[in-house]
Amino acid sequence: MMSLSVAVDWIACDGRGLCAELFPERIGMDEWGYPVIDRDPLSADLVPHARRAVAACPKLALRLQAGRHP
Amino acid sequence: MTASLVLQERLLAADIGSGRFRDLGVHVGLHGPLPTTGASTLITQVQASGLTGRGGAAFPMARKLTAVAAGAAPVVVANGAEGEPASSKDRILLSYAPHLVLDGLQLACRATGASVAYVYVHEGPLVAQMQALVTVRASTGVDAVPVTVASAPARFLSGQDSAVVARLNGGPALPTAVPPPVYLRGVGRRPTLVQNVETLAHLALLARHGASWFRSQGTDSEPGTMLCTVGGAVGAPGVLEVPIGLVLGEVIERAGAPAAGVGALLVGGYHGAWLPPGGALDLPLSVEGLRPLGATPGAGVVIALPAGACGLVETARAVSYLAEQSARQCGPCLNGLPAMAQTLSRLAGRDRSRGLEERLAALTATVERRGACHHPDGTVRLVRSALRVFAGEVAAHRGGVCTATDLRPVLPVPTSRVGA
Repeated sequence: MMSLSVAVDWIACDGRGLCAELFPERIGMDEWGYPVIDRDPLSADLVPHARRAVAACPKLALRLQAGRHP
Repeated sequence: MTASLVLQERLLAADIGSGRFRDLGVHVGLHGPLPTTGASTLITQVQASGLTGRGGAAFPMARKLTAVAAGAAPVVVANGAEGEPASSKDRILLSYAPHLVLDGLQLACRATGASVAYVYVHEGPLVAQMQALVTVRASTGVDAVPVTVASAPARFLSGQDSAVVARLNGGPALPTAVPPPVYLRGVGRRPTLVQNVETLAHLALLARHGASWFRSQGTDSEPGTMLCTVGGAVGAPGVLEVPIGLVLGEVIERAGAPAAGVGALLVGGYHGAWLPPGGALDLPLSVEGLRPLGATPGAGVVIALPAGACGLVETARAVSYLAEQSARQCGPCLNGLPAMAQTLSRLAGRDRSRGLEERLAALTATVERRGACHHPDGTVRLVRSALRVFAGEVAAHRGGVCTATDLRPVLPVPTSRVGA
């Protein structure tokens, strides 16, 4: 099975903070309100939470991608 | 053995300072005409030569050529927009040996099947100079592929490959989000080879003399020569051509006997790293040789800090410049770099408030790997190396003392007031 991780488009992101609110298991916030992402692959039970955060981003700056990437 | 010094120079051969190689006839007289080598032979030659990109990343050129050649209707860009204030090798090369670059550009077009080519430089006198040369070559039928001269403001990130593509697509010269990489989708959404001008000049000579000639200098894993810009405490600061792997002490020596005592060395420019005094002089200027110290040759900047200068003051000034040069597109860079610059400036200014080093360490960790381009990571590398190499000076500053005896600025920083 393909492993997934969360990635940010840093240019699109403007630090609204919804992702950190919806997916605190893997997304924190820095002191300026931008997401701090745990880059480890997601376990299957976390994938639905990640998808919810991705869908909620008003800037479409969050995505799920295969494998582990910056 | 001293006679070999002259023979070691390839790009900067002969009396290049005279400027006479700007003349196409004089160039052909020295180097011979543009080789007629076919595409697959060219790629094989580059592969066998081990030529890597000289813009800083040292990526194998053969792999880029192959990737771009596999796409439809590719574009090739000769990138001469060196943003590094401490580097002048691309400007010198374009000013004194421009036809090597333009030959290399044509060869790269042939190797990849490109019929669209650009020379991309900073705004300034080079634009008109290159335009004149491109016109001469077009009128004499030397160039099979027409070349367009393009330019961007002289900012630190203007030469970053996605910024180059953004500019050539009609936008501002700012990095864009990856993926996809420019070799898959670049100018006009076509696969695009963005290659540093020095790399193309090496290609021009490699195609003439072959891979084993190319490998006769440098190291087995990093063959050839490289241009470097040497500054600071040396007798004759400027651009030199050296075999890759030459020890740093010899690089400094060739830039004139050190003017005074040499302290730390900055290698790889403002996204590079400080190396401690003494031991660094025995290290080879190569990716392999510098890796153990977390440094790379980058685009060949080597600056010898005078023994009496303050490494913290110098680094603080460079980091303030880097913060100002942020493209201001990514939150962690936009906020984190000014915060790093400010904290470092307080440390350099002997501010004795608590927690400044801890604050810097936290900021570097926060900013690292959180941007669309390498600007945050490069800045983090410089700051971390400064805290490591100048640890003694940090301790002195925490006690309210700066041990420097000469605070004249060493690292060049343009005074730009350009906004976002």
